[in-house]
Amino acid sequence: MSEAAPNFEGLLREALAPVEPPEDLILRLEETLTSITELAAGELEAWELSAMRDPRNWARPAAALVAGGAAGTALVLLRARRRAQSQTGLFHGIRRVSFDRSGAERALRDLGRETRKLLGDR
Amino acid sequence: MTGQGPQKAKAALDAEFSELYRAHLRDVYSYAYYRVGDHHDAEDLTEQTFLQAYRHFERAQRESNGRPLRPWLIRIAHNLAANLYRDRSRKPSWPIDETTTLAAPHTTEQLVEGRDELSRVLDGVRELPDDRREALIMRFALGMDNREIARALGRSDGATKVLIHRAIKQLEGIVGDPVEASADE
Repeated sequence: MSEAAPNFEGLLREALAPVEPPEDLILRLEETLTSITELAAGELEAWELSAMRDPRNWARPAAALVAGGAAGTALVLLRARRRAQSQTGLFHGIRRVSFDRSGAERALRDLGRETRKLLGDR
Repeated sequence: MTGQGPQKAKAALDAEFSELYRAHLRDVYSYAYYRVGDHHDAEDLTEQTFLQAYRHFERAQRESNGRPLRPWLIRIAHNLAANLYRDRSRKPSWPIDETTTLAAPHTTEQLVEGRDELSRVLDGVRELPDDRREALIMRFALGMDNREIARALGRSDGATKVLIHRAIKQLEGIVGDPVEASADE
């Protein structure tokens, strides 16, 4: 058997080929991760409000408003990038590099919507 | 401007986590699928792995000293899978689920379809002891090297090399002569 090892390993590699995650899992997972990121951003905001009791921190709210939008949008990038990838075909690790205009526009709309949602809640 | 500190740091951390997620979603799902043997449990396991990873990401990053975090992710999945079996008091639901209707392409089923040889290899993998099976999944499904596998399994590099060697030998025996191999082990 040992003389057939390289072949056997090839066979094993083929039998245990990577498995693409189902699309509905990707959507669900990214929604969940985005939600918990926003939740965590909310907790940070609560921490900042409590810190306002200290006059030395009074200069902070305006800065926090600007910075806060970024916290919840990081994982939205996931969705935007994934959408771009699915349009260009990401399969078996082979990524064809292109990013069409409609994909870019949708990605920007996603980012805008999520950012508005975050800032609107304040 | 000191108020921006925590939120900026969090935004940066989230961005890094999203990179980790993007880079290794397929690895975690593949590991989970071959480990638990059905798509439903594999999805749950993948989801739980990333949620737990997100919770502990900052610490993991701090303690990794710049080393890749894939072994850490797979170790989380490994621990969760062990808990899953402990909770349910059962073994993986082999054979790999072939009845589930899936929206996404699943390479393995397509490959295995009509390929008896590959089916025999997969059947053989299922018969291996847990640690050997996991090592082979990490090596061949995820393409991890010995060092990464060692970190994921919490073993030394040398012990991992031996583990993989023995797993392949045992599997060759099972695929070549199932009765003889099971008697040998």
